[in-house]
Amino acid sequence: MTPRSDKGRKLLDWMVKAISVCAALLGLFFLGWILFVVIDRGIAAINWQFFTKLPMPPGMEGGGVANAILGTMIMTALATLLGVPAGLLAGVYLAEFGKHSRLGAWVRFTVNVLMGIPSIILGLFVYSILVYPFGTFSGWAGGVALSILMFPVVARTTEDMLSMVPNALREAALAIGNPRWMATLSIIFRAAKSGLITGVLLSVARVSGETAPLLFTALNSSYMMKSLNEPLANLTVTIYQYAMSPYDDWNQIAWGASLLIMTAVLLLNLAARFAVREKKI
Amino acid sequence: MTAALDEKMPRRFTDEETGEEGAKIEAFLHHFQEEDEEDTVSSAKISARNLNFYYGDQQALFDNNLDIAEGRITAIIGPSGCGKSTHLRIYNRIFQLYGNQRAEGEVLLDGKNLLDSGTNLIELRRRIGMIFQKPTPFPLSVFENVAYGLRLHFKMPKSELNGRVESALKKAALFDEVKDKLDKPGVALSGGQQQRLCIARTIALEPEILLMDEPTSAIDPVATRKVEELAEELKGNFTIVIVTHSMQQAARISDFTAFFYKGKIIEYGLTKEMFTNPKQKQTEDYITGRFG
Repeated sequence: MTPRSDKGRKLLDWMVKAISVCAALLGLFFLGWILFVVIDRGIAAINWQFFTKLPMPPGMEGGGVANAILGTMIMTALATLLGVPAGLLAGVYLAEFGKHSRLGAWVRFTVNVLMGIPSIILGLFVYSILVYPFGTFSGWAGGVALSILMFPVVARTTEDMLSMVPNALREAALAIGNPRWMATLSIIFRAAKSGLITGVLLSVARVSGETAPLLFTALNSSYMMKSLNEPLANLTVTIYQYAMSPYDDWNQIAWGASLLIMTAVLLLNLAARFAVREKKI
Repeated sequence: MTAALDEKMPRRFTDEETGEEGAKIEAFLHHFQEEDEEDTVSSAKISARNLNFYYGDQQALFDNNLDIAEGRITAIIGPSGCGKSTHLRIYNRIFQLYGNQRAEGEVLLDGKNLLDSGTNLIELRRRIGMIFQKPTPFPLSVFENVAYGLRLHFKMPKSELNGRVESALKKAALFDEVKDKLDKPGVALSGGQQQRLCIARTIALEPEILLMDEPTSAIDPVATRKVEELAEELKGNFTIVIVTHSMQQAARISDFTAFFYKGKIIEYGLTKEMFTNPKQKQTEDYITGRFG
């Protein structure tokens, strides 16, 4: 028996390391590339009018997407208002009350399936229940479609974050004479706070960039919003329509809108990271 | 490690040694003699009757019968996995957090079976406080950690709340150390301080019974001493049940000791009698360090 040379092993070790570093850098590379292209093309569209003016017909100077910015914000807020409380509560059920129950297992499975449903199908579904019966595309329908998209994401992250809170704290909270719901809201939620905030922020970031669910629900509009009962302008469908158009100035605005959404999503992600970091101190 | 330390203990009682070691034995026994009188009369605060416990299909406790003396410290000792904590965790029904655990039999608290489905768990847990193995401060400030339970169970003006928080922290021998950081997070304290914070939080509610589940196993010796002193000071007002891995701790602070082995209560009686003259072979083997 002679000792094996470690040359081969060292080489293999080095190769695996090198390949995995390359794969990791790939992610960084594409994010950098996307950022570069979007900033490069979009920055020219960003000016004061972009944020304050309504869209103009092709060829006319000085149009903006003020209505779409407002519409996207309102629908995202609506979706957050509907989707986050429902998602949080469902997550609480999964982590605290129905963890080992049969119903809990079914709900968990359903939420996972819901998370995997393509967003365009959700759009079609909401079209069939809120657009077709009422005879008009509407901001309401858009918000509802986005909230359905948000629900499973929030529910799952809530469950994960609450499950990370050690049972010792749960026992301590109950041992002092808390009812279960109170222990959950005042102690367990607080312990999981940063994780929950992160989950909500990421889900907001996720839906604020969705296009497909809005195509069949809010559609788009070139007017300022008067009510939520009519088609509602939004950034993503604007990008879709303007980028497909043959007009250079519309293409330009599509790039500008892309940059805007990208920046917002990036900021939300940074905020989420910040929320997590704050916990460690 | 504890086994090695414990090995010395029985010799102090049985061997007729002279010199320094002998003097120690004298002092040790004298300590017991002093307590003789107070041990004679005490009524049962909690009585377990034919208590069985199951984790799913697996039975963990077998026909436990135990009387916990009012106003005294009862120690529960035994090797790991013998059901000490399991037994303790039935008293405040905290085991119910987990769906697959169940208890059968009776646990009488002042004569009423607390395992009855009609028992008000919130009231039960106010009357029976629990200290856990690991310090579990709530994610709140030091002050709020103690005020939390008070607010939960009582309505009182702010000034009274402040007074009660301060008095609980003083009782837990913590106030001097934290009086300048009452608004700092409870988790920022040291481990020993956190454990005393948990004790303060529990005794603030003026429970009748204090369950301590290896309260010193995760903290340093100095803090351990403080917690033990605290337990000794609190007895009389509180009925204390303490689960411990340390036989020295049981000998130091408890009036009564119950020895658990494989889910059964092998022996129960006055601590001094059990440590000087165990009736059961298994008890003797355990406290002389032959197993466990």
